[in-house]
Amino acid sequence: MGRSLKKGPYVDQKLSQRVEVLNKSNQKKVLKTWARDCTVIPEFVGHTFAVHNGNKFIPVYVTESMVGHKLGEFAPTRIFRGHPGIKSEKTTTPE
Amino acid sequence: MARIAGIDLPKNKRVEIGLTYIYGIGRSTSREILEKAGVGPSKRIAELNDEEVAKIRSVIQTDFKVEGAMRSEVQMNIKRLMDVGSYRGLRHRKGLPTRGQRTRTNARTRKGKRKTVAGKKKALEKK
Repeated sequence: MGRSLKKGPYVDQKLSQRVEVLNKSNQKKVLKTWARDCTVIPEFVGHTFAVHNGNKFIPVYVTESMVGHKLGEFAPTRIFRGHPGIKSEKTTTPE
Repeated sequence: MARIAGIDLPKNKRVEIGLTYIYGIGRSTSREILEKAGVGPSKRIAELNDEEVAKIRSVIQTDFKVEGAMRSEVQMNIKRLMDVGSYRGLRHRKGLPTRGQRTRTNARTRKGKRKTVAGKKKALEKK
């Protein structure tokens, strides 16, 4: 179910304050954040966020077309390295 | 037989249903179109006169996106997800379900026909 329109998009307060400060002083800094659930709002465009993926921070450069998505969508939490036991074919066959 | 948006409509069906043969038109859009065109939804397609067909056609042309335009819009949306590097885009790239469904089993619509991978043989002896 979607979020109530009355409330508007969920934006992490702390994070948006930090962006506000950068926007006022016309600075660009990489912002480390754990707020994966924070919606990308137009003010974020052009900034780079280091979004935590549970292990490390993934740099995410926000473009215009990312508005409306959540920050976490751009920092995958899982790495798929193929199915187990496929490369070990050679080692298991000799009998 | 009526031909709208490059699609031949089945002539024995009610207009409301017949219009849904056009890509981008479902039941509710179909009803909306008919209301705007002032055509009763229970009429059969074969019973429509030229004037009514023309009206429906013009309503669709002005207010709705169908067929090619609709398809390309959908493709554009998917492409945007992929370009932006979002999770949904990644899933589209891999041809897996994008909305968090399980993939351990099922998900055949997205994954296509089963591709059997040679299974691991049971360990016969231990060392």
